[in-house]
Amino acid sequence: MGRLTFARKKSHSEPGPGDAGKTGSWRVLRPVIDVTACIPAKTKKMACFNCWLYCPDGIITRTIPPIIDYDYCKGCEICAEECPAGAIRMVEETEFIKKEQ
Amino acid sequence: MYVIESGNVAAANGVKLARAQVIAAYPITPQTPLTEKLSEFVDAGEMQAEYIPVESEHSALAVCIAASSAGARTFTATSANGLLYMNEQVHWAAGARLPIVMCVVNRGIGAPWTIWNDHQDSISQRDAGWIQLYACDHQQIIDMVIQAFYLAEQVSIPVMVCYDGYLLSHTYMPFDIPEARAVDRFLPPFKPAYALDPCRPANLNTVTLPDIRPDIRGDLAPGYMEIRHNLHTDLRQAIGQVAEIDERFKDTFGRGGFPHIEPYCCDDADVIAVCLGSLSYQLRDVVDILRQEGLKAGVCGLRLYRPFPDEVVRDALAKAKGIVVFEKALSYGNQGALCGDIKAALYQCGSRPFVRNYIVGLGGRDIRTVDLLAAFRDACTAPAHKTDALEWIGLKL
Amino acid sequence: MNAKTTILNLPEEELVHPGHRACAGCGLSILYRFGLKALGRDTILVVPPSCLTVLQGLYPIAATQLPCLNVTFASTAAAATGIISALKVQGKEKITVAAWAGDGGTSDIGIQALSGACERGDNFIFICYDNEAYMNTGVQRSGTTPQGVITTTTPIHGKRQQKKDMPAIMAAHHLSYVATGSAAYPLDVYDTIKKAKTMEGPKYIHLHTPCPPGWGFDTRYTVKVGGLAVETGLFDLYEIEHGVFRLTGASKKLLGKERKPVSAYFETQTRFRALTQTRIAEIQQQIDAKWAGYETEKKDTHT
Repeated sequence: MGRLTFARKKSHSEPGPGDAGKTGSWRVLRPVIDVTACIPAKTKKMACFNCWLYCPDGIITRTIPPIIDYDYCKGCEICAEECPAGAIRMVEETEFIKKEQ
Repeated sequence: MYVIESGNVAAANGVKLARAQVIAAYPITPQTPLTEKLSEFVDAGEMQAEYIPVESEHSALAVCIAASSAGARTFTATSANGLLYMNEQVHWAAGARLPIVMCVVNRGIGAPWTIWNDHQDSISQRDAGWIQLYACDHQQIIDMVIQAFYLAEQVSIPVMVCYDGYLLSHTYMPFDIPEARAVDRFLPPFKPAYALDPCRPANLNTVTLPDIRPDIRGDLAPGYMEIRHNLHTDLRQAIGQVAEIDERFKDTFGRGGFPHIEPYCCDDADVIAVCLGSLSYQLRDVVDILRQEGLKAGVCGLRLYRPFPDEVVRDALAKAKGIVVFEKALSYGNQGALCGDIKAALYQCGSRPFVRNYIVGLGGRDIRTVDLLAAFRDACTAPAHKTDALEWIGLKL
Repeated sequence: MNAKTTILNLPEEELVHPGHRACAGCGLSILYRFGLKALGRDTILVVPPSCLTVLQGLYPIAATQLPCLNVTFASTAAAATGIISALKVQGKEKITVAAWAGDGGTSDIGIQALSGACERGDNFIFICYDNEAYMNTGVQRSGTTPQGVITTTTPIHGKRQQKKDMPAIMAAHHLSYVATGSAAYPLDVYDTIKKAKTMEGPKYIHLHTPCPPGWGFDTRYTVKVGGLAVETGLFDLYEIEHGVFRLTGASKKLLGKERKPVSAYFETQTRFRALTQTRIAEIQQQIDAKWAGYETEKKDTHT
């Protein structure tokens, strides 16, 4: 019996994103990074990255500046809370729906 | 090589010849000599296997499930309450489609405590989705264990090899231990379609939704119901494969020919006794006596119980005038467990034989041939029985 | 321990796919991200029913990129044994086997199999993520729920019994390595698990896991709440290596310093609302006594 045939005879899951869909749809508030306050962004040095560290979903990149994947950000606000520079603001998601409209 | 040894040792030798790689077992009477023998084989280096002295039967089957999922050929054995303790895992192994082989050394279930033989333990697991085979003597035990590994790996369904506690496990009989090289030709190494592997990661047996949904490629994947349907379908298909494997075994070792049932004097029988396990051979003595009395009796032992070989059973029994089901287990509050299955198989027949049901030997109550004879003779000579409700042989109070 | 890992030298690759079902702000999510980075791809996971089962994905999509075996609730450690055995007979012992269980699957229903596997000395890492209740099924009390905590099965007066001390129970099994950690200190968790990989036999790691819905705080404060448990001296970071106890990380730094009052921790979560002032004072006394003991030991052993 081939592997895939056999796999379909039982509960055999393969790795991939979005098991719960685009979990960005969960959030009510969206984190927005102020690149003028963000330490790596304004110093242009690899530094801080608390947001990358503490994001439970791992959807912030460890880059200059950090990039948030809004498809999957659940809006938990931990990045905003843990940013030592206060560079992350939580903004009503409705603001962005209005913009898109 | 012919030896005179116990049924447990026969089973142990079967496991050794099958080159099981991971053995996990917890001691319980009357299985203990089987696992002791296996640990002796492993300790002495006669088996290249890991012997895991687990802390419970639930863990014994847990070890087997995990080891099998990771690509090893696995074995465990238990009885009675031990089997029930691992009940959750029994269902799990079937749903996970793992080719685990387990010997069940049949023993009655508490409460109250009993250590002696009846079939309630394995019968209580008949709906779990395992293949169930019942052995009648020591040769069948060792042959069945070897075939069980082959069968399990071919169909990816776990197999239970059942044999009577004490009556077979602890008695001594001559039997042949096949040559290792012949068994290696019959049973190649375990090559699973998938084993847990960091190079091909998969998440096995997670929560499965009621409905189907797309996988990572966008193809619709089965839901819980499809997966369970596949188990049932593959079990039904295994009936044919049991026969093929038996044929192959016979070609290699010269023994076999009775993959599903083992009939004795059934061709022209008016009344046929049906049962599981070693009782079948005791009933042959009864058949011989009745035949001498001029009564056309026969006995049909059932070797494959799950999946239930209903077509074979129908073909063997439908033309008889009456069937007498002797059994060591019941579906409490209804009727004998095997009896229900026999009646269901005969339901479609245009003209159905009468069916009588006798419960014998619970908790190891002695099964006297004279008592079997009285019941069987009564069935042959007074067929118009008032009721088909189950009756009991051997009650003393 | 080797040089401590920093945010900048941690491996960047995520071994968990986004879009999984863990709650927003889940403490386990943080632990799992760094746990998997520490374990690496050459690992097989074992997971019983728990929040992690759901996080890892429902069939047929897996959020985890490591091979994983889901098992029945009581059998996590036994399954780990099974995988180890299969790897042994196939000559693949280099693969790490790591079990991740919740507090229920570790200290209640899972304790028998765990004790058995540890007695057998099997070479695996057992990680207990302790969110102090059966969270996946809706916040019912478990053996590690602290005394006084409101859960759905201790809804009015709070749990009457004490929190089970799992690390102490595991230490009594003479393991080479027992350690605690917290989601508030993921770099330490990473180092702890990496260290565990180098030790022989069974290793037990107990991770304090803040849970916003179960503990009653806003998702924003997961790291802060976890930090307060340690800063108040209530939950201690330590390791027991071959029987030798030593405080680690933020707990080690607390020695000889003033701790925040434990009420500061209790105030952040609604699950402690049934605690009386008297009871809080008692708990503070217990914490103070415990730390007085650490101070004495430190003087005695010069650690």
